[in-house]
Amino acid sequence: MNVLSSLQPILNEVKQRFGERLNAVVSPRANEVYVHAKMDLVAGFCAHLYRKWKARLVSLFADDARPSDGVFHLYYVFALDAAHSFITLRVPVSPEQPEFTSLTNALPSVNWQEREIQDLFGLKLIGHPNPRRCALHDDWPEVYPLRKNFELRTKLPPFEGERHHFRTVEGEGVFQVPVGPVHAGIIEPGHFRFSVAGEPVLYLQIRLFYTHKATEKLFENLPVQHCVRLAESISGDSGFAHATAFCHAVERLAGVEVPPRARVLRSICLELERLYNHIADIGAICTDVAFVTAHMHAMRLKERVLRVNETLTGNRLLRGMACLGGVRFDWDHDQLKTLAQLVAELKPEFESLVKLIEGSSSTLDRLEHAGVLKPEVARDLGVVGIAGRASGFDHDLRRDFPHAAYDQVKVHVPVYQVGDVEHRMQVRIDEVRESLSLIEQFTARLPNGPLSVELGELPADSVALGYVEGWRGEIFHWIRTAPGNRLARCKVKDPSLQNWPAMSEAILGNIIPDFPVVNKSFNLSYSGTDR
Amino acid sequence: MFEILRKSLGTGVVTTSYPATPPEVSIRARGRPEIDWANWKDARPAATICPTGAIDFKDTAVARTASLDLARCIFCGLCADVDKAIRMTNVCECAARSRNDLMTSASYSLRPDGTHDRLVSPPTTEKTQHGQLSASQRESLEVIGEQIKLRADKIFGRSLHIREVDAGSCNGCEVEIVGLNSPVYDIERFGIHFVASPRHADMLLVTGPVTRNLELALRKTHNAMPDPRLVVAVGACGCSGGIFGQNYATVGAVDAVLPVDVYIPGCPPNPHALLHGILLAMGRVSQPSTSGQVT
Repeated sequence: MNVLSSLQPILNEVKQRFGERLNAVVSPRANEVYVHAKMDLVAGFCAHLYRKWKARLVSLFADDARPSDGVFHLYYVFALDAAHSFITLRVPVSPEQPEFTSLTNALPSVNWQEREIQDLFGLKLIGHPNPRRCALHDDWPEVYPLRKNFELRTKLPPFEGERHHFRTVEGEGVFQVPVGPVHAGIIEPGHFRFSVAGEPVLYLQIRLFYTHKATEKLFENLPVQHCVRLAESISGDSGFAHATAFCHAVERLAGVEVPPRARVLRSICLELERLYNHIADIGAICTDVAFVTAHMHAMRLKERVLRVNETLTGNRLLRGMACLGGVRFDWDHDQLKTLAQLVAELKPEFESLVKLIEGSSSTLDRLEHAGVLKPEVARDLGVVGIAGRASGFDHDLRRDFPHAAYDQVKVHVPVYQVGDVEHRMQVRIDEVRESLSLIEQFTARLPNGPLSVELGELPADSVALGYVEGWRGEIFHWIRTAPGNRLARCKVKDPSLQNWPAMSEAILGNIIPDFPVVNKSFNLSYSGTDR
Repeated sequence: MFEILRKSLGTGVVTTSYPATPPEVSIRARGRPEIDWANWKDARPAATICPTGAIDFKDTAVARTASLDLARCIFCGLCADVDKAIRMTNVCECAARSRNDLMTSASYSLRPDGTHDRLVSPPTTEKTQHGQLSASQRESLEVIGEQIKLRADKIFGRSLHIREVDAGSCNGCEVEIVGLNSPVYDIERFGIHFVASPRHADMLLVTGPVTRNLELALRKTHNAMPDPRLVVAVGACGCSGGIFGQNYATVGAVDAVLPVDVYIPGCPPNPHALLHGILLAMGRVSQPSTSGQVT
C-alpha cells in the first residue's frame, strides 16, 4: 500500500492497537486512508486518534449504500495536520436498526453534523444531548431526503408555519429578543434569539437551515460536468473555492494530474476571492461601529478587484472559470498586466485604508475585547479559518495540505490568541497582505502549457476527498461515484457549519448592539451551512 | 478627522454616471448569450451542455422549436463553447417586466439527421396567452396596463425605498446588491434607499429559489409592506429557480409565491444590471428589446 511516509507510522500504530477490530484498511491515495470498522469502535478510535496523534474530526456524514452494500455508511474524516494526511473511519449502519451513537458529549463540534444525519437519513441518534431537528424545520413531514428511495422532485405539502419551541431562560428581568429570519441588512436569512437581562446577552440560540435547497441531493441528479456549476452556487462569495474543491475531489478520484499552468491560475483565483471578501469584511466591520468612511473606501477597493475578476474570467465573482481537469480560460499578456496593476495599486491603497482604521480610536475601542472566543472554546468546537486563527488555531490547508499550486510558495499563517473582533480583523489584514504577495509570486512563475486535461469515464463506486482552503476556512467535498459518470453522493462541508456554534459562545456577556459587529467579524455563510 | 478629509479629497469622485453613460463592463464580461438564429444548425449540443435548461428544444416529426430562456440562463458560456452560432455578448442590461419577455423561440424544419434545415418561423419573444383573448379584450388590457404603468411612474418615479429579502440564494446576488450602496454605484443618487423594515418599503427585492423554510417569511414580509408595492425578482434563481429549480426543499421562482413586476436575470446580475432593473420597475428607463437579433 502506497501511503505518505509521514502517515505510515501512525497507520502501523493504529493497526497494531486495534488489530482485528479493523475490518479493512484501504488507501486510494497516498494521503487519504479509509479504515472500516463496526460502530462500537467509533468512540475509542476517535479518542485514540485525538489524544495520541492530535487528529481533528473535520467532517462526519452518512451515505445511503443500501442499493450496493445493503447498509448505510457513516464516515468520520480525521485530518492529521502534522502528517499531511486524512484518515477516514467508515462504519456500517444496518437498515433494520437505523441508529448510531452520538459523539457530541465528548466532541461538541459534531453536534449539528450528527443532527443533520438524523434529519436527512433518518438514522436515529443515541445519547445526543439535544437531538432535535436542525436541517429540516419542525413542520416538515417525516421524510428522509438523502435516502436513495426519496425522489428529488417530491412535492411536499405546503408550509404550515413555525412550530419550533425555543429554549427559555428564566429569572427576574430576563426577556427574549427574536431577530430574523429576514434581517435588517442585505444579508442571508437565519434566526437569532437572544435571552438578555438588561443589556448583556445570557444566551443566544441560532436557528439556521432556512436556505436548505437540496444541493447535496441535486449533485446525485446531475451529470458530473454540470455539478461544477452547482458547486459554484453552494456559497456565492466562495464560488470558486467550492467549485475547485469539487474539481479536486473528482480529479483525485480519476487519478489525473492537473497541468501546472491551470494549478497556478486556480491559486491566483483563490487568492483573488480571498482578497475581495477580506477587504469587504474589513469595511463592513467598520461600518457596524459607525466608521462609514472606511467602509466606503473598502467598497471602492472591493469593486476594483471585482472588475479585474471580470476582465480575467468574464464574471465578477469568478464564476464559470472552474472546470474539471483545470480551468476554462487562459489569460493573455494584457490580462496579466491588469492583474499586476491591480496588485501594485492595491498595496498602497490598502495600507492607507489600514492606517485610516488604526487612526480611529473610537473604532478600535469598539473592536477590542468584543466577542471574545477563547482558544480553549475554539478548540473544543473545532473552529476553523479566520475565526480559528484569531483564537490560536494554527492550521491552514494551503500550508498543511498543499493543493493547487500552494506547494510552490511559502504561505505565512497569521495566528493570534486573543480571539476578539479586533484580532479577527487583524487576521484579515495580514491575509490581504499575504494574498497580494502570493499573487505576485504566482504570476512571476506562471508556467506555459495546457489549461486542462481530459478526465475520461470515472470509475464507479470509488470515493475521494477534495479540499481547498477557502477565504473563510477549510472546504471539503467528498464524493462517491455511481456508474455512467454520475455521483452517488457528494458531501459538502463548508467551514461555516463548524463555526456557527462558536458565535453563541463569543457573544455571551456582550451587549446586543455589539452583535452585528461580532457577527460580521465571523462573517459565516448561511447558504454554505444550509446547502 | 483631517486624515479622513485628506483621504476623501485625495480619492475624488468615483461614482459612475450610469445610466447616462453605458455600463462599464469588461469586453470579456459574459452577459446575455446571442443566438444567430438564421444560421443555427443544431440546437442539441447547446441544449445538452446547458446546466439549467435555458436552451431547450421540442421536436415533432418534421419541425423543431428551439428556445432561449434568459430567466434560466446563468451566463456560464458553455453553450458558446460548443456552438459557433451562439456568442456571449457583454450586454448585462436585460431586465424585463414579464417572464415571457425573457423567452425567445424559433421553429425550424428538421432534417432526418436531427439538424436544422431552415427557419420556419423567425425568433419571437413569447407573449402571454394572447391567442385566447379577443382583439377588443386585448386592447382594453393594454390600455389598463398603460394606465397602471403611468400611475406607477407617478408614485415611484421620484424616490423609492427597498427591502431586500434573501429567499434562499447562495449569497452571490447579495454580494452585488450590497455593491449598489458603494460609492461606485451609489444608488442613493437616484433617491433609492435600502431600508430595514418592510413597513418602510415600496419595493421588495427578492433573490434565490424560494425555499420551503423561507416561503412563509417571504409572504409575511410582502404582507407587511404598504400598498402600492413592487416586487423585483433577482438572479437566475429568483427569475426561474435557476440550477436548483423546483425540488423537495424549494418552491422555485419568486413568482410562484408573489406577483413579480420586474425580472433581473444574471448569475449574479452585475450592479449595472441591478440598477437597470430597479430603474425599469420605477419607470425611469425603458426595457431593452430581447427578441432575437440576427448578427
